Amino acid sequence: MIVVLVEVSPAGEAVETSREALTMARELSAAGGGVPIDAVVVGEPAEGLVPALASYGVRRVHALTGGAYDAFAGAAWAAGLLHVRERSGAVVVMAAGTSRGNEVLAHVAARSGVPMAANVLSFGGLSPFTVTRQVVGGAALEEMQLGQRPAVFTVAGHAVQAAPADAPGAGELVVETPDVAPADLVARVVSTDEPEPDLSGTLKSAKVVVGAGRGAGSADGFAEILELTDLLGASLGVSRVVTSLGWRPHHEQVGQTGSRISPDLYIPCGISGAIQHWAGCSSAKAILAINTDPDAPMVTKATHAVIGDLHEVIPAVNEEIRRRRAG
Amino acid sequence: MTNPLICIKRVVDASSEVVLTEDAQGVDGRYAGFTTSAHEECAVEIGVQVASATGGTASVVTLGDADAVEQLRSALAVGCTAATHVVADPQTFGPADVARELAAVVRDHEQAGTPHDLVLLGNDAADSGDFQVGIRLAYELGWPVVNGVSKVSVADGEVTASGDGPDGHETYRLPLPAVVTVLEGGVEPRYPTVPGRMKAKKVEIEERTPVSDPAGPSRVRLVLPPPSPSSVQVLGEGAAAAPAVVDLLEELGVLAR
Ligand SMILES: Cc1cc2nc3c(=O)[nH]c(=O)nc-3n(C[C@H](O)[C@H](O)[C@H](O)COP(=O)(O)OP(=O)(O)OC[C@H]3O[C@@H](n4cnc5c(N)ncnc54)[C@H](O)[C@@H]3O)c2cc1C
Ligand SMILES: Nc1ncnc2c1ncn2[C@@H]1O[C@H](COP(=O)(O)O)[C@@H](O)[C@H]1O
Repeated sequence: MIVVLVEVSPAGEAVETSREALTMARELSAAGGGVPIDAVVVGEPAEGLVPALASYGVRRVHALTGGAYDAFAGAAWAAGLLHVRERSGAVVVMAAGTSRGNEVLAHVAARSGVPMAANVLSFGGLSPFTVTRQVVGGAALEEMQLGQRPAVFTVAGHAVQAAPADAPGAGELVVETPDVAPADLVARVVSTDEPEPDLSGTLKSAKVVVGAGRGAGSADGFAEILELTDLLGASLGVSRVVTSLGWRPHHEQVGQTGSRISPDLYIPCGISGAIQHWAGCSSAKAILAINTDPDAPMVTKATHAVIGDLHEVIPAVNEEIRRRRAG
Repeated sequence: MTNPLICIKRVVDASSEVVLTEDAQGVDGRYAGFTTSAHEECAVEIGVQVASATGGTASVVTLGDADAVEQLRSALAVGCTAATHVVADPQTFGPADVARELAAVVRDHEQAGTPHDLVLLGNDAADSGDFQVGIRLAYELGWPVVNGVSKVSVADGEVTASGDGPDGHETYRLPLPAVVTVLEGGVEPRYPTVPGRMKAKKVEIEERTPVSDPAGPSRVRLVLPPPSPSSVQVLGEGAAAAPAVVDLLEELGVLAR
C-alpha cells in the first residue's frame, strides 16, 4: 500500500501539490500492479473532500483527529502517518515537496531509520526502487535508491500535472485518533496570524502576467513594473527571492512552491529562470524575458527577450504604450 | 546564557555553470567557487544575535574537507567565536551520517563543559537539498525541532521562532534545548569588518575526525538535465527595444483594453 499525506487548504480542499503527489502515487501503484493508495489528512474532512480524493483514486481517507492535531506539530503529524502506515503495512510514504511535506516526511524517515528523498521528479525501476530528484537548486538531478521500507519521498511541486483517475477509488473515510506522545507536541505552532485569503486565484487565471525577480532591486523597485501590470490589465507574479526578502507577499509567488500559471503572455523581468521558478511558468504560451544577462536561463528558454536593465526598459515600454493609446 | 551552535556547509556556488565530478557523485567546484547558503548565513546571524542578547557564545561547525575552513573563518568574521571542523569528504556522508556527527559534537562539547542548548541549521543544503539533517539531528539528541523559520529569539530559557506557514505567519514557543532550522529572509546577515576578519584568523579551530564510518548517501549518481534548445527572438537592447516590445504586445492581442 501507498500512503500519501494530503495537505488541505483553509477552504477544506486538497491543495494542488498534494493532488500532484496523488497523481504520481497512481503511476507508482500501476507500476506495482495496482497497490491501493490511502490518503492521510489532518483534521475532520470538510464536505466534499473525501469524494474529491476518491476521484484521484484513493481507497481510504484516514483523518487524524483529536486535540493533538489542533495546531501543527511536525512530530505529531509524523506519528499519525506512522500509525496509519504500521497498521496497513504500507511500503511507500509520500507527500508533496512543500514545507510541510518535506518536514513531516523527514520526521517519518528519521523515526523509521530509513532514507528520505526530497523533491522527486520521477521514479525509475521498482526493484531496487529508484527515484530522480532535484539537487543543487535544480541545476543537477540525483538518482537515488530507496531500498528500505517504507520508501519515503516527497514530490517536487508541478513535476507532474494533477489529474483525476480514470476509475475513482472507494473513498472510505476512517477517522483515527492516535495517541501522541507529549514530546511530539513540544515544538508546536502556538499562534498563526490571520490566514491570508487565497489571493492567488486571479494570478492563476490571468491572461497576461508580469513577473518580477531579484532584478527589481528592492521593495521600492516595483513602481514601473506595477505600472506595466496596470497598463496591460495583467497580474503580478514574483520569484521566491522577492517573497523571501519580503518585497512582495507570498501569494504572488510563481513556481514550484508558488502558483502555476499558464497565461497567453508572461513577462518575467529580472528573473533568472531557476528550475523551481520555471516549474510554475513553463506552460505560458509566450514568454518575453527582460534581463541584463543574455545567458540567463529565462532568456534562453523564452520565446522573446529584451537584454537590458528593467528600470530602463520598462519605463520606455510604458511610455510607448501610453503614446500609442493616445495616438 | 545561550550558546548556539550553527551548522554550516561548504557548497558550490550554483550561480555559475555546474560541472559534475568524473565519478558523477558530486559537483566539481574547481570552476565554480564555494560559498555558504543564504539560509545558513541567516542561521549564523541569528546565532550571533542570540549569543549577544544572552551573554553566551556562538560556535560554528562544519563537516567538510580541508578547504571548508574558509567557510568557518567567514562565520568567525561575522561574530562566531569558536569553530569545530569535522574533517571528512562530505560527498561520502548521507544526511543521517552528518546528523550523527553533529550530535557527537554537541555531546562532546557538553562533556567538555561548553554545552549548547540551541542548534541552528539551514532548512536545506544548497547542494544536496535533503531537507532533513536538522530533523535527524533532533532525534539523535532527543530534542524538539522547529523547522523552516526565519526569526528566532531566546529569553528565559525559551525559544520563540516564527516563519511563514501555508495558512499565515506561524509562531512556535518552547523550552530549550532545541534544534531550529532557518529559512532566509528574517534577518539581514552582517558583512565582515576588517577587525572581524583579523580576529577570525586568530581563532584556533577545533579539528576532529568522524566518530563513525558513514553509511553513505543513497545516491546512485548525479546527472545534468539536458540543455533546452533556445529559440529565443531577441527584440533588442535597453530602452530602444520599447517599440518592438509594444509591436509584440499588439501582435499577441494583449494591448487592447
Ligand atoms: C525547494 C525549492 C523550491 C523553490 N521554489 C521556488 C518557487 O516556487 N519560485 C521561485 O521563483 N523560486 C523558487 N525557488 C528558488 C529558486 O531556486 C531561485 O533561487 C529563485 O527563483 C531565483 O529568483 P530570482 O530569479 O528573482 O533571482 P536570481 O536568481 O538572483 O536572478 C536575478 C536575475 O535578475 C537579473 N537582473 C539583475 N538586475 C537586473 C536589472 N536591473 N534588470 C534586469 N535584470 C536584472 C539577473 O541577470 C538574474 O538573471 C525554490 C528553491 C528551492 C530549493
Ligand atoms: N556537512 C555538513 N556540515 C555542517 N552542517 C551541515 C552539513 N550538511 C548539512 N548541514 C546542515 O543541515 C542543513 C540541512 O541540510 P540537508 O538536510 O542536507 O538539506 C544545512 O542547511 C546545514 O545547516
